Amino acid sequence: MPRNGLLIQQDWCTGCHACEVACKQEHNFSGGMVGIKVDEVVSTGPDKVYVDFMPYTTRFCDLCAERTKAGEQPACVKHCQATCITYGTVAELAILMDKQPRSSIFAPK
Amino acid sequence: MAKSKENKVLSTLWSAGCGSHGGCGCEIYVQDGKVARVEGDKNHPFNQGRLCAKGLAISQYMYHPDRVLYPLKRTGERGEGKWQRITWDEAYDTIEKRLKDIRAKHGAESVIFCQGTGRDIGGPITFLMYAYGSPNWVQVGLAGHACYTPRLGAMFATQGHYSVLDASQMLEKRYDSPEWTPPKYIIIWAQNPAAGCHDGFFGHWIIDCMKRGSKLITIDPRSTWFSTRSEVHLQNRPGTDGAIALGMLNVIINEGIYDKVFVEKWCYGFDELKERVQEYTPEKVEEISWVPKELLIKAARLFAKNKPSAIQWGEPVDAMPAGSVVAQAINHLWAITGNIDNPGGNVIARNSHGVTTYPFSSAELTKLYGADLVKKLNEKRIGANDYPMIKNFRGWVQPDVLIDQLETDKPYPIKGAWIQTSNIIGGQAADPRRHYNAMKKLDFIVCVDLFQNPTSMALADIFLPACTICEKESFRSWWQPLGVSVKAVEGVGEAKSDWEINLDLAKRLATTPIKYNTVRELIDDRLKDGNTNFEKLKAKGCWEYPPEGHNTRPYYRYEKGLLRADGKPGFETPTGKVELYSKKYEEWGLDPLPYYEEPKESSVATPELAKKYPLILTTGRRSPVFFHSEHRMIPWLRELDPFPMCEINDKTAEELGIGNGDWVYIENTHGKIKMKAKVTPTAHPKVVTAPHGWWLPETDGKAPNLFSTWEHNINNLTSMGNQGKSGFGGTDYRSGLCRVFKINGGKE
Repeated sequence: MPRNGLLIQQDWCTGCHACEVACKQEHNFSGGMVGIKVDEVVSTGPDKVYVDFMPYTTRFCDLCAERTKAGEQPACVKHCQATCITYGTVAELAILMDKQPRSSIFAPK
Repeated sequence: MAKSKENKVLSTLWSAGCGSHGGCGCEIYVQDGKVARVEGDKNHPFNQGRLCAKGLAISQYMYHPDRVLYPLKRTGERGEGKWQRITWDEAYDTIEKRLKDIRAKHGAESVIFCQGTGRDIGGPITFLMYAYGSPNWVQVGLAGHACYTPRLGAMFATQGHYSVLDASQMLEKRYDSPEWTPPKYIIIWAQNPAAGCHDGFFGHWIIDCMKRGSKLITIDPRSTWFSTRSEVHLQNRPGTDGAIALGMLNVIINEGIYDKVFVEKWCYGFDELKERVQEYTPEKVEEISWVPKELLIKAARLFAKNKPSAIQWGEPVDAMPAGSVVAQAINHLWAITGNIDNPGGNVIARNSHGVTTYPFSSAELTKLYGADLVKKLNEKRIGANDYPMIKNFRGWVQPDVLIDQLETDKPYPIKGAWIQTSNIIGGQAADPRRHYNAMKKLDFIVCVDLFQNPTSMALADIFLPACTICEKESFRSWWQPLGVSVKAVEGVGEAKSDWEINLDLAKRLATTPIKYNTVRELIDDRLKDGNTNFEKLKAKGCWEYPPEGHNTRPYYRYEKGLLRADGKPGFETPTGKVELYSKKYEEWGLDPLPYYEEPKESSVATPELAKKYPLILTTGRRSPVFFHSEHRMIPWLRELDPFPMCEINDKTAEELGIGNGDWVYIENTHGKIKMKAKVTPTAHPKVVTAPHGWWLPETDGKAPNLFSTWEHNINNLTSMGNQGKSGFGGTDYRSGLCRVFKINGGKE
């Protein structure tokens, strides 16, 4: 079985938190438990202050096994308002990533 | 969960009980009569499968243990929190009797009909109000009526219709539409589009455009995700946006980089505008706004020389001193560059198919309710006779005039209030204490809502439980597409939809018979303008765009005679042109040309006061997980934004001994409130940014605490009575003064 993961183009993440609530709803998580999180990353350059957001998976991410088995996208991928998350095999994602600025692959399982 | 047993219902989201102004298509999954989850609908052009945090949390909202599910009557004193469950019949009987008594003794105008932000509520609330006979439709406490209406009024006067950034939302094939092209440059003016669907615009459409090549110019006192990705960031002093618009007009006109053909053929008053903007040189604008003149010039050139380009503007424009004037000046920027109703510019936005849900203009009110009624109601509408622009544009009360009238009973007393999905004290009202004191003395108050909140707890005599969007039928025509909301499940508990409640009561209260037996009949009657009905739209997946050639479909309608009532080419203005010199403003006794006005309190206007309160306070910072004062009790959302948090610059904080996460007081002449400090270089050293609408539903709801609204609601530091000359704008929501200091070593 090829290994699956999420390619996250963090340059596009706006910090809207839809992925987190999509994950909580899908898994009925409560009490702060969640499979994906988004942090704000503020960095000061010589000319200006930069605001970025960094989504990352947690140990509770199961890549929405039930959804993907039924041919659907993981809940975070579907609902990401900036459409900056892609689901696929790690090998496919690595090819996609080659052409993406500031991006990461997470292979949580 | 056993998803195989779920039944999928398609619908449109637009209501309290989900979130914001947007019209997202959704899939509601129902199991055993309950909503199991809500997802985005991939086939809906509005959101294309996506959904925001608020939409995704609907099921937690619907089945929240604190949701009010039955009609209640107050049994103790106002604010004591003593309620008794009653039947709908008893609630309706009481309301009918009390409102009829008030009408008989004092006239229908002595009952105000109060709404919060505009979602589907503007439809039912005006329907009930006109049936009852009151002219007083109001967003109580919304100083200067500073939320979209000033911008709408400015666009109505200037170009006859409204326009919005064209992100292809007027076309069903969206980004694949052959006639559409992305804006080359987008000016993001005083907004964080990523935080929601401001004014019906799905914020992430900006990101979609960026992916298709749009570049950004951001005008914002803060550094943001958008300013990070902008070619130019104008980091301005809050309240000076009018000067920036005039400065950009100065550059574009004096450098001759405006669209000469469009101006010649379609604009009126260019020479007068040219003369007016001469006083707003880049040097002068730099002095006013803190924006280096080089950046102002660069922004103006990039915008003017790259057609099509578009402007996406936010609510702070309305809140500026002379908000309707600032909006006029910004409107002129897209006008003189020919970016009106062109692909990728500021496209004219009309209600889909000509259907009205929520009346956006006096013309729509007249169409629905008749000229005689509207004229009659205008005679006693609060503020209408003080402000010609208020009188002649839409049907709202002027809120700053209302608070005076509530306190003085002049020219006539207010005796009752119908408050529907509006948290006045904990939400929109400036100076909420003043509104609390003034409204407490009213004879009779009904609140229609989903949860108890500071306003319902403080004021309601009767509380009626409203439905969420998943439990009701409704319809939406706010720009495009035309959509319907489908009832996926029965009302939770005994909740009823706003439309149903208002139709039921309109039948009891109307002075002439109501022609609709059911809400469905009413919706179908309104949908007739679009040659469709509820079932047809539902069968199509809940949405439809108007056909080719329809006057609510772009582009270049001014050339085709599709904008004016008389069918002639041109714009629906007195001169038939875009009026850079506004005939309507002139008729309303206002300066026909834009100008800059300094905030009432600032380092320039009140230097002595600014010594005591050296920081500028700008309020209303949006959270992507809350909508105004809603959602604070929803666990999935609150976990993501747990505290009222103000933003303060790191160096400023260091000077004040404030650390990240410390509890601080923000204080000014109106009082002080508590927030946690987010210490960040994204904040301008002289500006403190605070979110609005904070109350703590987990704390004591009874007076005097009222869910801690006096402690955390930033509007306690704002005031009424600063309205602009038009009645619109001129508030201190966005440009007040304050100081900030640490509480008890930073602990609460």
